[in-house]
Amino acid sequence: MIRLPDPKPEVLARRAEIVAALQRILPPGPMGDGVISEELRLKPYETDGLSAYRQPPLAVVLPETTEQVAAILRYCHQNGVRVIPRGAGTSLSGGALPLADAVVIGLMRMNRILEVDYDNRLAMVEAGVTNLGITNHVAADGFFYAPDPSSQLACMIGGNVNMNSGGAHCLKYGVTANNLLGLKLVTIEGEILEVGGRHLDAAGYDWLGLLTGSEGMLAVITEVTVRILHSPEGQRAMLAAFKSNEIAGEAVDAIIASGIIPVALEFMDRPAIHACEAFAHAGYPLDAESLLIIEVEGSVAEQDSLLAKLKGICERFDPISVKVAESAEQSLAIWKGRKGAFGAVGRISPDYLCMDGTIPTGQLPFVLRRIGEMSESYGLQVANIFHAGDGNLHPLIMFDANDPKSFHAAEAFGADILKLCVEVGGCLTGEHGVGVEKRDLMGVQFTAPELSLQRAIKGAFDPDWLLNPAKVFPLEDNPAFAARVLPHAA
Amino acid sequence: MSGGVQGEVLAPATEADLSAAIAAAAAAGEPLAIEGNGTKRAFLRPVQAARTLTTRGLSGITLYSPSEMIVSAWTGTPLPEIEAALAERGQHLIAEPPSFSALFGAALPPTIGGLVSTNLSGPRRITGGAMRDHVMGIRAAGGTGEVFRSGGRVLKNVTGLDLCKLLAGAHGTLGVITEVTLKVLPGPASSGTVAVRVADLAAGVRVLSAGLGSPFGVSGAAVLPSGTEGRPGPLALLRIEEFSDSVAYRTGRLRADLAPLGEVAVIEDAESRALWAAVREAGPLGAAPDDAIWRVSVRPTAGPKVVAAAGMARALLDWGGGLVWLAGPATPEAHARVVAAAEAAGGSFTLFRAPEPLRAAVAVLPEEPAALAAIGRRVKAVLDPKGILNPGRMRAGL
Repeated sequence: MIRLPDPKPEVLARRAEIVAALQRILPPGPMGDGVISEELRLKPYETDGLSAYRQPPLAVVLPETTEQVAAILRYCHQNGVRVIPRGAGTSLSGGALPLADAVVIGLMRMNRILEVDYDNRLAMVEAGVTNLGITNHVAADGFFYAPDPSSQLACMIGGNVNMNSGGAHCLKYGVTANNLLGLKLVTIEGEILEVGGRHLDAAGYDWLGLLTGSEGMLAVITEVTVRILHSPEGQRAMLAAFKSNEIAGEAVDAIIASGIIPVALEFMDRPAIHACEAFAHAGYPLDAESLLIIEVEGSVAEQDSLLAKLKGICERFDPISVKVAESAEQSLAIWKGRKGAFGAVGRISPDYLCMDGTIPTGQLPFVLRRIGEMSESYGLQVANIFHAGDGNLHPLIMFDANDPKSFHAAEAFGADILKLCVEVGGCLTGEHGVGVEKRDLMGVQFTAPELSLQRAIKGAFDPDWLLNPAKVFPLEDNPAFAARVLPHAA
Repeated sequence: MSGGVQGEVLAPATEADLSAAIAAAAAAGEPLAIEGNGTKRAFLRPVQAARTLTTRGLSGITLYSPSEMIVSAWTGTPLPEIEAALAERGQHLIAEPPSFSALFGAALPPTIGGLVSTNLSGPRRITGGAMRDHVMGIRAAGGTGEVFRSGGRVLKNVTGLDLCKLLAGAHGTLGVITEVTLKVLPGPASSGTVAVRVADLAAGVRVLSAGLGSPFGVSGAAVLPSGTEGRPGPLALLRIEEFSDSVAYRTGRLRADLAPLGEVAVIEDAESRALWAAVREAGPLGAAPDDAIWRVSVRPTAGPKVVAAAGMARALLDWGGGLVWLAGPATPEAHARVVAAAEAAGGSFTLFRAPEPLRAAVAVLPEEPAALAAIGRRVKAVLDPKGILNPGRMRAGL
């Protein structure tokens, strides 16, 4: 159950006037209406990747330039109107969930690639360019943009910056924050600012670092300068199946201790293996308790050498099987099951919650054991996928959305898992963000003064709490809201 | 040039004592100069404070988990202590942070908290990321003395606002870091460097761009205008750090690919490591004892233009050409030329070392646009409401 703050009655009462004012800023153009306010057309914007929660906004605006974003924000600031920034709406934590009295700023029409500079290895793009769109644009020249969240076909770079998105290859290439050079942004007052640039480590406070992962609460980001990298000569995967989670965990430790940094090191537990195999027929061993997918990069000879070393390490741990891909095709086959994991789980259960905590990697066997016990006591199935190199755990909790009891149990189960992550020294979210989903758990990880401090820093950017105001921080003790909050009808 | 320590020195031995010392200073409205081992007193602007708070009493590694690739340490832990602990398990600090002991004439090594607070990174920054990129968690005391945490001890964490990055590079003006947790990685089994003799700096940066734009995972890219011992300059250097068979293969491929751009040599493991240890400390800059030193960051291809426009005799290019080290006369005129060159290239500058009068008289960092500066003042007021932490260190009056 997630609660949203009361809409401001004075804003709701002025709805027609606000829409008219926004239409003056964004008159209809070749791309269609810039302002959407009809009930039916607001439908697609009432939710995001956390589709259990829905709330139509007051209106949606679709600007095409940074100057238009500035004019919209200036108007909203002067009129006390709340604003929800939105990219592709793929957030799994409800980061783009609207409020009834808020204007959603959709950045999808700002989808131009402004500059690609191979000598300096950077691309400057608008916020509405998709993650994969950047890589696709430079791939023919041998380059790529490294962070690869699994929604990369749809998700937009502006959203990636706001959520500090990760992906399966973070162990080697880092997350979004590690791959940015500069941002153009608009403050709630409508000021257009640039931070960072085309260079590394601009002197002064690290606004670029603070804005990355700020979940749309500090500013609206309109342009992003990313670092692009030349692709390696090639990559290849191997698969190793083990008799227990403990043994797989020991194998991961041994790999790290060997000095090899695989480009990906993915773990799946028994339920995940079975779900993926039934769906993708990737040839995963069904008698295994756990499975590792390990990928390395380099020339063919380098791949051979690294994979032989990794095979030797895995064989020390009494594996059920070890399969090294002999070709790019075999490599794809190994990945096929893992990449289809969400679809695979969806086939078993039409509804599931994809959780996202991080744990110290050594705690994996303990955490999986505890999750197994919780699964029994809640009576809900769970499959676990784990970025083993960086400790990012994705339990997929299966439930029945037609049964409110089942949904609430799934939410409670998810919250218990995240509390467990914090208990063992980890955190509530590794890459999906807090959004509304984990907002009310923030007190598990942070003390009240720590939360007040973070809120005050948001306040330094947005004193009136107009930008994505109901996200990340619990509402109850937030002085920015009236004490009264209404239960939200899920 | 390192300057003397200021007035009374507070050296708390615990986080609680440090917190209490700051709380007392806040209550009295008395500013504090914040330092670790004080190795960079000649860096940025002189701090206006009667008393100094040093973190050197908070020392020691608190957690090292090689398999989880993290190390936590109290802020005053000397860099060599951490490097030695990591080396025992074949690991290293990814950003290759320099000590700059020679540049600043410091007798003591830098502390880990000082390195994070100044966000200074070495040659590996170009592909491995900056010091701030590997800060997974901090504990810190704000200007009221209250201790807060951000991040944690895991490698992937997007829970709440990232105050680790805000404090990294804030030079102790927003809080005093008391403990840091850093991501570490296995160190390379071997190092090799491809050295290309080039006609000028621009040709050198073309070599670096070719190397960094290759599939070979270059981890260092510098141009030494005067070359190095036995190797005349300008000399473009590209480093590979990998297992030894990969170093041989990749330096071989680069050597072949870069042959059309100049005379190429491959520098083997031990000599390669020594060479980059020198670049890390800006040794090849060859700064004279009386020189002022500037550090300019621009897009890499603009590096040579900055050197030319600044008109300095001594220069060094790192980070693919984008990190421009300059040494020259410690005068306002020379500073103005560097500032103009950095601004013309759309980049950033830092007056890295200079006698106190010059550092007090000029802007040592670029000015921010008014709206951003206003946000900066509000953030400072949140974290340090009495303005007692390192006042004036980064900007006059802040």
